[in-house]
Amino acid sequence: MTSLSAESLPVETSEHVVSVRQAVRRRAVELGFSLVDQTKIITAASELARNAIQHGGGGEVIIETIALQGRRGLRLAFADRGPGIADVARAMTDGYSTAGGLGLGLSGAKRLSHEFAIEAAPGTGTRVVIVRWK
Amino acid sequence: MSDADVDSDARQFSRALMVAIESGDVDVQATAWSDVRDVLARLSESRAIHGASPSETATFVLSLKQPIFHALRRRATDQNQLADLIWTASTLLDQLGLLVTELHQKAREGVIARQQQEMMELSTPVITLWEGVLALPVIGTLDSARTQVVMESLLQRIVDTGSVIAILDITGVPTVDTLVAQHLLKTVAAARLMGADCIISGIRPQIAQTIVHLGVDLNAVTTKATLADAFALALRRLGKAVTRTPPRSESASLTPAASAGA
Repeated sequence: MTSLSAESLPVETSEHVVSVRQAVRRRAVELGFSLVDQTKIITAASELARNAIQHGGGGEVIIETIALQGRRGLRLAFADRGPGIADVARAMTDGYSTAGGLGLGLSGAKRLSHEFAIEAAPGTGTRVVIVRWK
Repeated sequence: MSDADVDSDARQFSRALMVAIESGDVDVQATAWSDVRDVLARLSESRAIHGASPSETATFVLSLKQPIFHALRRRATDQNQLADLIWTASTLLDQLGLLVTELHQKAREGVIARQQQEMMELSTPVITLWEGVLALPVIGTLDSARTQVVMESLLQRIVDTGSVIAILDITGVPTVDTLVAQHLLKTVAAARLMGADCIISGIRPQIAQTIVHLGVDLNAVTTKATLADAFALALRRLGKAVTRTPPRSESASLTPAASAGA
């Protein structure tokens, strides 16, 4: 996998959720994503950015345009400074929320992406990486 | 900003500056400098509102350096005294320059806060489509503060008009994530408690697919693709129908979708 270009954005306040969405939209348009694909990756980014703020006490996202075997895609890596997740399997369950939300953010983001990885050992913060290919 | 304005600002500023300098105090935060600060606050604000950059505003003060240094050079008796004088004057003007930049920044922030407030109110108009039918076209980001305003204005209008159907149109909402969905569901539930049924319209194909993947359950809510569909449904529920009549020159035109649905 080769990285074509990358940028890093802060994810600290709810205004940043908007700026992350806009940056993802810009890159998805550059890559020629269809309207549906754009909306999916933007919505996934919105969920993960809000999680990083609400549960992780803020962090950052690296937005990267990548290429692999002739395919191009968008890779988003969210990292926060929070307590991590004690039970990742449970956090990934539909309808499970510790913050009074719908409990679909993490599992929804996974369904909206082609690749999904989460590292969330307690004490090290949470790192979520998603990829959507064109 | 006209030359006359700049001239008048410059006169006021230099007059206040003279008075302050004569006090002998070189701390711009001191009482002797309050007039200078007032003049600068006023002119920074007006420049910020007119869209001047912070450096343009600061230049108003810093451009005094050259004439002042020239004057000091003529007055000074020796090099050491000149260096001291220039140092004092330079420090003073730098302080004033920083003060102006801060004031400018503060004024810009005020402008932005006011615009946010205005946008929040402007973008949530509740419209009466028909007797008993309200429509709320939501445009932009549905973050928490906005949703609160949206919800309040809708619920208030339901009370005021005694409406039984409210249409929430989200054509202008670019992203519907779980938080937005939750806000919508809460608004629908609150309206229902007040005796009004909500229809959510303006669900574009890409939003529909995304909602399905997210796993958000909107089954409890009536949804329609367009506002026209939602309006046609509302009329049907009220037992009203839109019928075609022979065209008259001044007859009010109705939307084709509404007449087709009725």
